[in-house]
Amino acid sequence: MKKNIDKSEVAIRVENVSKIFSIPHEKRNNLKGAAINMFKKNSYETFKALKDVSFEIKKGEFFGIIGRNGSGKSTLLKILAGIYVPTTGKVEIHGKLSPFLELGVGFNPELTGRENLFLGGAILGLTRQEVADKFDKIVRFSELEEFIDMKLKNYSSGMQVRLAFSLAINAHAEILLMDEVLAVGDTNFQSKCIDEFNKYKEQGKTVVLVSHDINTVQKHCDRVMLLRNGKVMKIGRAEEVANKYSQDNIKDEENRIYSEDLKKADSNSDKKKPTKKASITKVQFLDKAEKPKNIFKTGENLKVRVYFKKDKNISNLEFGVAIYNSEGNYIFGIHTSFDKIDTSVYLRKGYFQVEYDGIPLRTNSYYVKVGIWGSKKEMPLDLLEKSNFFKVVSVDRNQGIINIDYRWGK
Amino acid sequence: MKINKLKYYDLTRELAITGFKMKYQGSFFGYLWSLMKPLFLFLILYIVFNNVFKLGSTIPYYAVYLLLGITLFQFFVETTSMCMGSIVGNGDLIRKVYFPRIIMPIAISLTSFATLILNLVVVAGFAMFSKVPFTFNIFILPLYLVEFYIFTISVSLFLAAIFVKFRDIGPIWEVIAQGLFYATPILYPTSLVPTRFLKILMLSPLAQVIQGARSTIISGNITTSWSVLGWYSVIPFILVITILGISYMVFQKMAAKFAEEV
Repeated sequence: MKKNIDKSEVAIRVENVSKIFSIPHEKRNNLKGAAINMFKKNSYETFKALKDVSFEIKKGEFFGIIGRNGSGKSTLLKILAGIYVPTTGKVEIHGKLSPFLELGVGFNPELTGRENLFLGGAILGLTRQEVADKFDKIVRFSELEEFIDMKLKNYSSGMQVRLAFSLAINAHAEILLMDEVLAVGDTNFQSKCIDEFNKYKEQGKTVVLVSHDINTVQKHCDRVMLLRNGKVMKIGRAEEVANKYSQDNIKDEENRIYSEDLKKADSNSDKKKPTKKASITKVQFLDKAEKPKNIFKTGENLKVRVYFKKDKNISNLEFGVAIYNSEGNYIFGIHTSFDKIDTSVYLRKGYFQVEYDGIPLRTNSYYVKVGIWGSKKEMPLDLLEKSNFFKVVSVDRNQGIINIDYRWGK
Repeated sequence: MKINKLKYYDLTRELAITGFKMKYQGSFFGYLWSLMKPLFLFLILYIVFNNVFKLGSTIPYYAVYLLLGITLFQFFVETTSMCMGSIVGNGDLIRKVYFPRIIMPIAISLTSFATLILNLVVVAGFAMFSKVPFTFNIFILPLYLVEFYIFTISVSLFLAAIFVKFRDIGPIWEVIAQGLFYATPILYPTSLVPTRFLKILMLSPLAQVIQGARSTIISGNITTSWSVLGWYSVIPFILVITILGISYMVFQKMAAKFAEEV
């Protein structure tokens, strides 16, 4: 009987909800097709959009749901709104819920602003009387008093948004569901949104915000749930979940790069000509702790290590490394012959390495081109074109392509 | 999930009012334009069947008889085909907001029904102009209209639901409706139909309603389901209730997946 005790404070309870979409291999949306294939079994591919999702949202909470595209967050929101029916599991909603998935749903351009408020209000679940009572307040908020009897099609898009938003925030639901689409709009409108939602918080209303943008969620939500491939990865305080989300994203990125590298290595291996006097076998990116990785933060130490093979009779080699950004701009190039480096130690070890202290590069992908020369004047013995790349992520909010040391003057 | 039934009443009404406004663009002339189609159809059929085939002479007040039949049948065809597209046509709304999906076809049928009542007022005016004698039978008319509405919404619900899955129902339904037009005594007098066939014909709720409505307005010797079938004329009623039950169940069963399939 635990249920009865906390019922008053739970706004949304989701228990073991799964959602499976079946996608037929052959789309049959006509009777002819169905009749022809009546005795042929249509094969389905099932897609599990949500897998055994359970969570609770307390009344008055600002709850965030984050995840990358395709993580199932929109599906979950639609289930909460009652638009989709879960395949298995149970959803309990305590309180009046506003299906706030999009502004101005159901507005009719041929009707006047006034008529649209009544129609849109009914779609949001208000009675005609309720809209009539709040009518003046809604119109005042939208600042559209003069235009309220004009047809909606003659409104500017900004005016339409204002009308829709004023209606929506005055719908006075206890639970609000918001998709990230709401974050679209000019800055003024966004800050007006935020102000209103903060008011909601004060009034003890429950808000569920769905987004893939970590900053929005972190800024507004008390608790956040991270979804990944339809599964709940973590529920907790906003910062914790945000960290986990960023880490996951970086990990995914590395795996992607790694698998691309493998593919490339496969295709390269047959092409490699053994006749070369020297050849590059592998390029590695290492951090300070000598750990190979592909994602670096701005300001981190980067070490590029290049393994090579050479004929026994070669006694002198020169090496060069060039960095390009993803747009193909040549960022920085170095060569052992420019710096008059003694390369004999590299010849012994079978690899050479370059250490870049505190890379000043900002968020982007960077390609590395490496080459081996017998001496600077001749053609390179081997040249690995821009096939190896690493990523840099900047954690601050500064802008531009490189970091310059700076301080704000006194 | 707790559902406040009352608020959906308001939504239904708002949608029906909007539909009405859209249909007539909020003007009286808008309504007059909407009368053009049945009136022209009536005029053509009247000229063909009254003056060319001389059918009209066997039926008293043939003009009123024909106009009433066409008006009623027009309601049936228009409502069913408009409701058929009501779910698919409002896909945007269905995908973004939750409300009982049944509201969509119901709102449309209510809009159509309001139009039917207006049209019947025009028919009544026409009847007065044609000097049809007034009788108190007219008070039975609403009962037939209720049966007619229930039958129409039943067929509409079924079509609206299966149209989501089978998009080629549209032309098929058009053909069926054409068939129903001739399978219902709208143009021709029932006296031309052999008794055997007439008994089958009158089992159709459409025939029952149209002949019944005619009998309440024109009275005289109109063949109704009662005069042909006697007590068996409850069969069309049972048919209407059965179709309503089946359609409602089909609709509600499929409604859960509308948002995924439209």
